[in-house]
Amino acid sequence: MTYDETTLVSLTEDAAAIIARYPVKRSALLPMLHLVQSVDGFVSPDGIQFCAEQLELTAAEVSAVATFYTQYKRRPNGEYQVGVCTNTLCAVMGGDRIWDELSEHVGVGHDETTEDGKVTLERLECNAACDYAPVMMVNWEFFDNQTPESAKQVVDDLRAGKDVAPSRGPAKVCSFKQVSRVLAGFEDGRADEDQGAGTATLAGLEAAKGQGWTEGAK
Amino acid sequence: MTVTLTPVLSATWGSDKSWSLDTYTEAGGYAPLKKALGMAPGDLVQAVKDSGLRGRGGAGFPTGMKWGFLPPDDGGPRYLVVNADESEPGTCKDIPTMMSAPHALIEGVIITSFAIGCNHAFIYLRGEVVHVYRRLLQAVREAYEAGHLGKNIHGSGFDLDVTVHAGAGAYICGEETALLDSLEGRRGQPRLKPPFPAVAGLYARPTVVNNVESVASVPAIVDKGVEWFTAMGTERSKGMGLFSLSGHVTRPGQYEAPLGITLRELLELAGGIREGHELKFWTPGGSSTPIFTQDHLDTPLDYESVGAAGSMLGTRALQLFDETTCVVRAVTRWTEFYKHESCGKCTPCREGTYWLTQILKRIEAGRGTQADIQQLLDTCDSIAGRSFCALGDGATSSIISSVTLFREEYEAHVEQGGCPFDHAASALFEYSDTPATEEAHA
Repeated sequence: MTYDETTLVSLTEDAAAIIARYPVKRSALLPMLHLVQSVDGFVSPDGIQFCAEQLELTAAEVSAVATFYTQYKRRPNGEYQVGVCTNTLCAVMGGDRIWDELSEHVGVGHDETTEDGKVTLERLECNAACDYAPVMMVNWEFFDNQTPESAKQVVDDLRAGKDVAPSRGPAKVCSFKQVSRVLAGFEDGRADEDQGAGTATLAGLEAAKGQGWTEGAK
Repeated sequence: MTVTLTPVLSATWGSDKSWSLDTYTEAGGYAPLKKALGMAPGDLVQAVKDSGLRGRGGAGFPTGMKWGFLPPDDGGPRYLVVNADESEPGTCKDIPTMMSAPHALIEGVIITSFAIGCNHAFIYLRGEVVHVYRRLLQAVREAYEAGHLGKNIHGSGFDLDVTVHAGAGAYICGEETALLDSLEGRRGQPRLKPPFPAVAGLYARPTVVNNVESVASVPAIVDKGVEWFTAMGTERSKGMGLFSLSGHVTRPGQYEAPLGITLRELLELAGGIREGHELKFWTPGGSSTPIFTQDHLDTPLDYESVGAAGSMLGTRALQLFDETTCVVRAVTRWTEFYKHESCGKCTPCREGTYWLTQILKRIEAGRGTQADIQQLLDTCDSIAGRSFCALGDGATSSIISSVTLFREEYEAHVEQGGCPFDHAASALFEYSDTPATEEAHA
């Protein structure tokens, strides 16, 4: 491993905290792979070795797991993972067109990263926000009801280094590495940040109020 | 007839800081927990059995019965694992539940764990929803700080730890045994059953795996009683559920209503199909359920009626498509999804979804033959019921139902040598259709 001592010390401390959450050590592997991505920006050979040593597995066993899941990246990832949902519902509602225009605009295809290292594009499978179709995700934050123009604007802003707020979620989209640390189970203090629950989320509640329903009468 | 909506889980979603412990507690939250801790665990299991609550994650198995399948206590650990890996195309109910009211789930986890004798529960959340994870991590921390979790909860002598675990992108982990393998730090591949998780689940110990909405429904049942719950719904499908409307509908979103409501009634509340268009086909419960048409507008959306009409209630993910939509395009894309998500363990599913995709893409692009349509059905026949889990079965649902209901549309692709539809007409924004997008989906 080529981690410097400071990095290795903090990785080891974090790994211990993750392992302590589970009755059986190996369960820590998925969060630890997220942790590796929070340091290296992808699942690096060093990271695989680190996980293997911590969990008393072979590097092959760790790799076998890492390659099964789409969120683990095998090459250095862009600072922002931009996914356009092209599963059926979003695709039909316009996701296919958004993908085509965005991909052409940015000049990279699926699972490719822009030369400036800012953006990795991805064709997403369903991200459980179908009532906001067409959907785009940036570092796993929700960008709802997209158009080709809105999607291109988001990516342009990200590449220009501007803060970008999702439709639902925190005040701004964090970097791939920062988000990976959250996915390893470490809070980042942003849970109370909010952009509103969203119109579709509240659609039924609004309709119920139209029927005379009140919260006190539930 | 207008059916009354019944916001229970969604009741507080519009409140200020709806996700916080304070808001949840002010709305009466965690009072059911205190009530439950004063009951005998066996009585809680019986109450959930009596309520008729059925799994809200798709299969509809009675929740209380699932709890009752655990073998007698042998002194070793037993686990509750919440399936929060919501990934079935069209399904978008658990994510807003956890984003807006994570404490409803946490309280359900504590009551359920107390009922089944579990001291360490897990919530397996899909990894691609980071803000939901933030909210769950915070909610668990708040619950510890308030004494709802930890040692000797509220003096009851009951201990419980909760770990919220983020997955890493794999639809198959929504299958309960694949989820358990994944939670054990392995590739998420389904296990051969039996043994079922109730006997040998997480770490080969007795385990209950329940969906988010099922578990989150438990506090309300404890609080308001079995009779309150059974007053909603139909004969064998009791209670309320979240119905998720998406697609070509005026006001898409989450509508919490008694089971047995119809799409016609839901559409009335949601402003109807988008203006100037009419419903063509829809899924009652996600992409793994056979599609319906206008003929099913009045089918009660409960387990039995949807089943009797040839589909499944699934996750109540109502994806609505109007007359501009090409059914072959829709089905092809779903099939590509199953191909992508097949874990590869069982040959019929791994190879079958690959071949289905090849044939469908050929037909969609206008290069298919009439014989291909029959070949699709034959290939489906080689997949359904022949693998460890239901992923392959799900892949065949939309194909078989669409060929049955819209065979002429498949034939039109073959005869015309291409797609007869203007894809731009289906989009929710304006654009003029430029050359085919089909090759871009490599």
